[in-house]
Amino acid sequence: MSANASAPAGQVPDAAGHFGRFGGRFVPEALVAALDELDAAYRKAMTDEAFLAEFGALLRDYAGTPSLLYSAERFSAKAGARILLKREDLNHTGAHKVRNVLGQALLTKRMGKKRVIAETGAGQHGVATATAAALFDLECVVYMGEVDTERQSLNVARMRMLGATVVPVTTGSRTLKDAMNEAMRDWVANVDDTHYLIGTAAGPHPFPEMVRDFVRGIGEEARQQCLDLTGTLPDAVAACVGGGSNALGIFHAFVPDTGVRLYGFEAGGEGVETGRHAASITGGSAGVLHGTRTYVLQNSDGQTIESHSISAGLDYPGVGPEHAWLHDSGRASYAPVTDREAMAAFELLCRTEGIIPAIESAHALAGALKIAPTLAAELGRGPLIVVNLSGRGDKDVHTAGEYFGILDKE
Amino acid sequence: MSRIGVAFDKARADGRAVLVGCMPAGFPTVEGSIAAMTAMVEAGVDVIEVEIPYSDPVMDGPVIQKASDIALAGGVRTADTLRIIEAVAATGAPVVTMTYWNPIEQYGVDAFARDLAAAGGTGLITPDLIPEEADEWLAASDAHGLDRTFLVSPSSTDARLRMTVEHCRGFVYATAIMGVTGARAQTSGAAPILVSRLREVTDLPVGVGLGVGTGAQAGTVAGYADGVIVGSALVRCLLDPPDEAAGLTALRTLSAELAEGVRNPVR
Repeated sequence: MSANASAPAGQVPDAAGHFGRFGGRFVPEALVAALDELDAAYRKAMTDEAFLAEFGALLRDYAGTPSLLYSAERFSAKAGARILLKREDLNHTGAHKVRNVLGQALLTKRMGKKRVIAETGAGQHGVATATAAALFDLECVVYMGEVDTERQSLNVARMRMLGATVVPVTTGSRTLKDAMNEAMRDWVANVDDTHYLIGTAAGPHPFPEMVRDFVRGIGEEARQQCLDLTGTLPDAVAACVGGGSNALGIFHAFVPDTGVRLYGFEAGGEGVETGRHAASITGGSAGVLHGTRTYVLQNSDGQTIESHSISAGLDYPGVGPEHAWLHDSGRASYAPVTDREAMAAFELLCRTEGIIPAIESAHALAGALKIAPTLAAELGRGPLIVVNLSGRGDKDVHTAGEYFGILDKE
Repeated sequence: MSRIGVAFDKARADGRAVLVGCMPAGFPTVEGSIAAMTAMVEAGVDVIEVEIPYSDPVMDGPVIQKASDIALAGGVRTADTLRIIEAVAATGAPVVTMTYWNPIEQYGVDAFARDLAAAGGTGLITPDLIPEEADEWLAASDAHGLDRTFLVSPSSTDARLRMTVEHCRGFVYATAIMGVTGARAQTSGAAPILVSRLREVTDLPVGVGLGVGTGAQAGTVAGYADGVIVGSALVRCLLDPPDEAAGLTALRTLSAELAEGVRNPVR
């Protein structure tokens, strides 16, 4: 009965959205019709020249892609590796997420829906969704954990300026996972006229596959840019992983290049051993959360454990199912990066390159710093590493200022 | 036939609907929830639906989520839920379990089915498990003789209604509205249509839930459904009052009102 068992070997995901033992649909029946409608619209769009042309034009003329691939010389000198930064932080709205929201907003229009809802952690996806909603004249409601509305108040203001309604979520841990619960509840009740614009490659089928497809341009661009710049493919690609869309976006084009190592860096918080972290793959176990089977932070009863990270965008107790599968299959490697390591890399990029990264992206930078010596020893030369600089750090200035103790006292 | 099936047959013979009352396990405490469910049975609730509290209950509104949070904060474990089910089943009322899927997957699907059957539970209502993802549960419920209640919705296509009822045993749960649990001022106009669509494809008893909170609403739903499922309104009886005794009194009063309602179907 399960499509999982009957799918042709090697076809990932299968028609029901299974990545090996992960993925699928664990949702109320009320949502199945909408997910089927979305799946059909998405598959039609991906082979529709008119859709692809419109999406491509928006990415180019509105979002400002392809983003640069920048050779970070001074950072490289400190890293002992040649580091190429995929500058997704330069995209309109300041992160890779604009790619996904433009794709989904176009689909929303095609499905004839007038309203989008979204969940957001750091606020980046909320801002991106509010932006696309303004551009496409859609009503927009963003659910955001109350804890996050406090630590990301500037992004709350940005969403409101763009015309979105921001709903602080006060249930549970009052962070991203609870915002996602609340958005799902809204969707169940308003599915006729509403699209749930999920911000990462997680959730029920077809979201993980669809979101990956909308952001996979990151890796396609980076691969070609790396070849143009260096004449070779990189030794490794590094990205941070919360839900995991930026990482899948940059990994996807490199998956067939078996000589290119793929590294996903999860939020290790205060250290995986302390229990205060958001590293679902390295510190969690297989389970079902938010409509998909994946790695989850949970207790032995299957109750979700609250995650912790200095980065609101990585502070989520699950991960996209394709990452769970890439981990199990061994094609990608996942490791935790602590708050402390991420902030050290954050500071290093600021001081060496004059680029303030998102704290999320600082996890990828820290990961690159960690793998560089090992790769160098193995290769017998300085490695070439592409790092996805998935977002800019303007939103994190307050958090980072407090962390480094550089804010003037009142 | 399962004990749930017997309850539906008996009610049908009496010209009334079955009253199903839901309460999260361990709310407000393990012993408190046993007392509450026992009081519901004594006041006329036919079938007790024990909900396993879950940290991320996306089909539940604020009332049941709050009660679930209280239960979890009190430290209730899945094993406690089985103990509660055993205690409530001892009253003689059929006990069905409502659960999100992850707690079952972590307990072990077959192990849970085995222990649920041993505790006297009749089966599971699975709000976030659709038949396509249910292979393991289909096998375990067959192996241990348990009922399977999947949900259908006003948005379900005819093909999905047929497919879903084929996998149900005991009864099918029709969600009256597009939304989450919680009492509402008006009963749903979509529910009678959904129930009549179900009648075309199954002889299984149909329980209708979501939004029912008064005796009058229960009577209305009893006019077209075989079972009336009430959750949030009963839970609120225990959330609002100042102490447990007052809560139990309110719970008995509402249970009796609902029991009266299902005995007076509005046709």
